[in-house]
Amino acid sequence: MFNETVGKRSNKVKNVVERGAVKKFAESIGDLHPIYFDEEAGRNSRYKNNIAPPTFPRTFDYGVIEGLNLPNKGLIHGEQTFHYKRPLVVGEELLCYSEVKKYFEKKGNFGDMGFLVLESFGEDAAGNVIFSSTSTVVISEAVRKVLTK
Amino acid sequence: MSTLLQLQVGESLKEIQLDPVSRIDLIKYAGASGDFNPIHTIDEEAKKAGLPGIIAHGMWTMGNLAKLFTPYFEDGFVQDYSIRFKGMVFLNDVITLKATLKEVVDNKLRFQVQAVNQNGNEVLKGEVLFTQF
Repeated sequence: MFNETVGKRSNKVKNVVERGAVKKFAESIGDLHPIYFDEEAGRNSRYKNNIAPPTFPRTFDYGVIEGLNLPNKGLIHGEQTFHYKRPLVVGEELLCYSEVKKYFEKKGNFGDMGFLVLESFGEDAAGNVIFSSTSTVVISEAVRKVLTK
Repeated sequence: MSTLLQLQVGESLKEIQLDPVSRIDLIKYAGASGDFNPIHTIDEEAKKAGLPGIIAHGMWTMGNLAKLFTPYFEDGFVQDYSIRFKGMVFLNDVITLKATLKEVVDNKLRFQVQAVNQNGNEVLKGEVLFTQF
């Protein structure tokens, strides 16, 4: 059921690296460094602005992948990667979208485990990919059975 | 500020030990990240999911781990950050964050990073590729 979604991509959604959101996020991971929220520290830095923590793209809206119905319960986050061309700068706008990269099943302790790999991207206005990320989501056989009912 | 550049292969950044994980930490992360999966905040939901209690968002721990590199923002940036989630983090767990320099190629520093709980078990493991300017 997930195999058919491989290669499908979401619509692009505009996201803003919001000043308040960056500060709140940095606070929530105990990383309240001035480079993330103090305007003067940002101005005086080599980025001439405040930047966002590396895992901040977790907060973005990546649109909807048609046909992909992931339950909001029973999923296990197996792996996560981020790749950056440069740090994200406070105030900038990014067009974000996701794609189903692959799906496979492996025998595990709890039956056949499904592994869904989602790749996400953030582009600037000129279409340059500034960051990409991959999330590997593990879906147990029990959860998949409920989905197909 | 430039201690990262003086680091030799095999040496580690100064470890960070987090305060015991509290429910409010996870409620704050849920709000800041938008991940409201209730197994991270509500006991009954965690139990319904077969867990002994609420567990931290994997991304909360991954987010915390990255702060080992924050002080070096003038020297470079985290170009690649990859993590495998190895174990669950429960309330009151005491997590220690570690990074060891494995390799230097040109202006790229490859670190092995991990988060370990109070029993010495790895809860998260991966790599950071730090690119120097």
